[in-house]
Amino acid sequence: MFKFVSMRLLQSIVVMLVVGLIAFGLFRFVGDPINNMVGQDTTLAEREALTESLGLNDPFLVQYGRFVSNAVQGDFGMSYRLRQPVSGLIAERFPATLELSLISAFLALALGVPMGIYTALKPKSIITRGFMTLSLMGVSLPTFLIGILLILFFGVTLRWLPTFGRGEVIDLGWWSTGFLTASGLKSLILPAITLAIFQMTLIVRLVRAEMLEVLRTDYIKFAHARGLSPRLINFSIALRNTLVPVITIIGLQVGSIIAFAIITESVFQWPGMGLLFIQAVSEVDIPVMAAYLLLIAFVFVVINLVVDILYFVVDPRLRVQS
Amino acid sequence: MSKTLLDIKDLVVEFPSRHGDVIAAKDVCLSVASGEILGVVGESGAGKSTIGNAVMGLLERPGRVGGGEVFLDGEKISGKSQVEMRKIRGKRIGMIFQDPLTSLNPLETIAKQLIGTIQTHLGFNDAEARERAISLLDQVGIPNPSERVDHYPHQFSGGMRQRVVIALALCAEPEVILADEPTTALDVSIQAQILDLLRKLVREKGVGMIIITHDMGVIAEVADRVAVMYRGVVVETGPTAKILGNPDHPYSRSLISAVPRPDVRLHRFPMVESIEAAGERKELDLSTHWLGKVRDFGQNEGSLLKVDNLEMVFKTGGMFGSGSSVVRAVDDVSFDIRHGECFGIVGESGSGKSTIARLVTSIYKSAGGSINFAGTDLTKIKKRKELNVHRRQMQMIFQDPFSSVNARMRVRDIIAEPIRFHKLASSEAETRQIVDDLLDHVGLGAKAAVKYPHEFSGGQRQRISIARALATRPRFLICDEPTSALDVSIQAQILNLLKDLQDELGLTMMFISHDLPVIRQMCDRVGVMSKGKMVEIAETEELFVAPKHDYSKHLISLMPSYTGLMNKESNHAEAGQAEAS
Amino acid sequence: MSDISNERPSFLTRFRESDLWWNFKGSPGAIIAAILTFLMIFGAAFANFVAPHNPFDLATVDLFDALLPPAWEEEGKASFLLGTDDQGRDVFSTILYGSRISLIVGFASVGFAAILGIAVGLISGYAGGVIDSILMRIADVQLSFPAILIALLIDGVARGIMPRETHDELAVYVLVVAIGLSFWVQYARTVRSSVMVERNKEYVQAGQVIGLPDWIILVRHILPNVMGPVLVIATIQLALAVITEATLSFLGVGVPPTSPSLGTLIRIGNDYLFSGEWWITIFPGAALVILVLSVNILGDWLRDALNPKLR
Repeated sequence: MFKFVSMRLLQSIVVMLVVGLIAFGLFRFVGDPINNMVGQDTTLAEREALTESLGLNDPFLVQYGRFVSNAVQGDFGMSYRLRQPVSGLIAERFPATLELSLISAFLALALGVPMGIYTALKPKSIITRGFMTLSLMGVSLPTFLIGILLILFFGVTLRWLPTFGRGEVIDLGWWSTGFLTASGLKSLILPAITLAIFQMTLIVRLVRAEMLEVLRTDYIKFAHARGLSPRLINFSIALRNTLVPVITIIGLQVGSIIAFAIITESVFQWPGMGLLFIQAVSEVDIPVMAAYLLLIAFVFVVINLVVDILYFVVDPRLRVQS
Repeated sequence: MSKTLLDIKDLVVEFPSRHGDVIAAKDVCLSVASGEILGVVGESGAGKSTIGNAVMGLLERPGRVGGGEVFLDGEKISGKSQVEMRKIRGKRIGMIFQDPLTSLNPLETIAKQLIGTIQTHLGFNDAEARERAISLLDQVGIPNPSERVDHYPHQFSGGMRQRVVIALALCAEPEVILADEPTTALDVSIQAQILDLLRKLVREKGVGMIIITHDMGVIAEVADRVAVMYRGVVVETGPTAKILGNPDHPYSRSLISAVPRPDVRLHRFPMVESIEAAGERKELDLSTHWLGKVRDFGQNEGSLLKVDNLEMVFKTGGMFGSGSSVVRAVDDVSFDIRHGECFGIVGESGSGKSTIARLVTSIYKSAGGSINFAGTDLTKIKKRKELNVHRRQMQMIFQDPFSSVNARMRVRDIIAEPIRFHKLASSEAETRQIVDDLLDHVGLGAKAAVKYPHEFSGGQRQRISIARALATRPRFLICDEPTSALDVSIQAQILNLLKDLQDELGLTMMFISHDLPVIRQMCDRVGVMSKGKMVEIAETEELFVAPKHDYSKHLISLMPSYTGLMNKESNHAEAGQAEAS
Repeated sequence: MSDISNERPSFLTRFRESDLWWNFKGSPGAIIAAILTFLMIFGAAFANFVAPHNPFDLATVDLFDALLPPAWEEEGKASFLLGTDDQGRDVFSTILYGSRISLIVGFASVGFAAILGIAVGLISGYAGGVIDSILMRIADVQLSFPAILIALLIDGVARGIMPRETHDELAVYVLVVAIGLSFWVQYARTVRSSVMVERNKEYVQAGQVIGLPDWIILVRHILPNVMGPVLVIATIQLALAVITEATLSFLGVGVPPTSPSLGTLIRIGNDYLFSGEWWITIFPGAALVILVLSVNILGDWLRDALNPKLR
């Protein structure tokens, strides 16, 4: 196991270096960094001096190495748009995105996985048909449209819930949380549901497909032929075997929640990293884009690592070699 | 007389489909007594497996029981609810499945699976159930059971896993065991052990067992009585000796006659043409026809193919070099094939015999040694164009009729492809004419040209494959297990066809098979392969009568004996044609 | 022997006899979805003739008609069935023109992704070894990032390279490339795994024994056998591509308001949501959902029909 995990760790580092290269490429070649730092009336000589002092004349690999070592220390440079250090901007907004994503991931999993199992076990029931129709609607409704509809209904027509921002937040050290105030919690409801629905419907469909696949296997048929109770077969044998592929899926889904948070944050003006990123994209604020890319990559790498380790817990074929 | 345990009366199984109900089993009557093994034998599509599932109440949708009754020890069990059937499944009727690799839950230890089943039916506490689990593993011949019981399925070999499956079926001491092709997925040597075990269990415990199989060898080995099924109907039931030696029904007769005999070489398989309408084979006048042209390749003496010190290695394992290992698939193999002979290569799965075929045809690159074909060393040729000159003269027939022809192409295009590619015909019209003639010649009929492969059965597809191989006008034909995926009667037809073609066209053949009786019927000389090495080369008859190498002796000893198989007194049609070569 | 006499029935006849068509006739959901999809595509393709107004012809647009509610509301006008937007453009007409852009981007990006993905998948699966490892590592890395994020990044890069006006002009192409580049992985992986299965099948070896060069085997033999799953992916990805385009346009990084897609229309309407002019958002949104839902239903049906064991 140690060998396997260290192998994975090595691969993860390679992935991070590649993503870092892309981020650096963005930073260095898309949009001239000098142009974004100096005014119109800077002389050529001053520009040259700045280029030299920033090390932009150094060999490519040296520049890349400097970029990586800065990034590891959390230094991503200055935002072109806001003229502030990128790391500060991100740290400020990170809690908002994480709180939103965690609640949504929890909602999507807590509802999606049981629904997927139910629809696989009872393929003919009316409830299954209802769930499947709902999930088809779910994957066909773009996230931003779900947000708009929720705003229209709960915010504009009924006026029950706030439709933008985080409400009041309380600072716990450097972490600002919306969990501790009534308005913070109320503000969280609509964005969280918006973000959860699309992921949930995907999870329902994927869990169902995997479970159906398992239910068709020989060992399930053999279990039936031995007279084992359907309860035991479905929940002990089938469910555990479904878990192996489902873990991968869930890992990917949790990751994509963070990406879809961009849309949700934009619809609800949620002051998170996603909103920061989308503004950076439309204003070509390269340092922010690069930093965000690296951060997301890091999150994915961590999730993948967790998924790999979970495999060991679930699947004895990896644990014990014959 | 022991008592009848399971009695199936007039069972009907139907599968509703787009084209109306398909009757999978019609008025099937079977019974099995305690201490008895009933063999149900039939070819694919005969409806053997649906009977077992119907008895257990486990028919897959949309299949249903359309009529008939099933009695277990005098009690009617057909028509019972699923809840009631659960008390019968596993407890009173055990079932053994075909593939031991997929029958066990990969995520639980053997102990957990056994204990779960034992506790479901017998209400033991944990310690008692575990003790019983260990004793069951001991009974099915798993060494060191108290330790092995805590292992996971993937830590067992295929044969051992099948023993675990049998132990699981025995958990609650069932009165009847249904075994659906219990040895089909196993190698010959393992197969014999599992059959021994089943026979021993039946005798010791006095259970009734139904073995469903397509393999006449299995029947001859273990069954007391045999029921022959054909298209959903039991055509004949009787004691094994009677069915094998002197069957009454015409289908049983042709089925038995199609079984390759291990004891004597026949010129042809008799009486098999009636089974699958195979179309009339039209003889071509080879002195004038395209196919007969340029058959004289010059020198016809000595060896056509001479293989020396051939080597091939496969690398397996991790891409970072860790844990990778090298498998010597072909290890210093030398042999030669003379003009006009049929050279057999026999061995168990993984012995490297198919790899040799792929080396000779340059699909794989060899790691060492030489392949001399008609005087040219093929391993030295670098250019595809040059290689193709020789490739045209050697063609190959493959094992799996369902994957060896491209399902997206019409039969005409499949067969015409080599003619077009090598520009062997002067015009498209001639190409089409040749394709039609080839189809006639292999017994499919020219009408087949415009159809797609899925419209044909396995045997017919194998004929397409043969026609394609003939389309380059080869002089050397490699047959890689050409009939191992086919039913026995179809196998006999295809083998007959290959023999005829060899005679007519003067082909030299390399015939690869794991099936010794088939080898005996087809080959003049045989090479025996084991773990990448060719351990013995001998004249066929010599090998079967007096094998020299230990491995050859072992293989020969595992052949089914078929005592009293269609002996000469009982089969007049065969008597005249049989000839010891 | 005459070939004409025993020639097979035409493609149409064979299609009508096929299981696929039989299956289709038995699925009311698929039939409705197919009709809706056809109507949407038809309406979008012939928007010039179908639409009652030309919303981009400034001569016919009157600001006095701005923000009219749908025709059945009290203040609605009969000539503006679904009402008008802030500039007096007919919402129904803008939906037809907008879905044209949405569909063009959808089809083009799916086509782009499919060609790229199939090519990579074929090469990777057939060649194996180092080439395969490299291509699949790239695919792995990309797959762990959601498509929308990659599309956003590519769009951001394009903005960085081009001046604003050029970007607006080329917005549709940028979107096609951005979405296409973020979608190719799925084709590549599916095609690759199919090719790895097909490559070891004996018909491929039969081709090698005949002496056919690799590229003929790849294109003539393997490719047709791996197209089934590709078709299913393409259908489902068409829906996804339309959603992605709409999302990007909604986020303001897609096509500009001067030639709006459905997503741009929703974005424009979103500003009027709180003041009660719901129709500017809701109708384009409904059109988008109907289109995506129909295509998704068709994709689901196709997947099940081509894969009978799933039912």
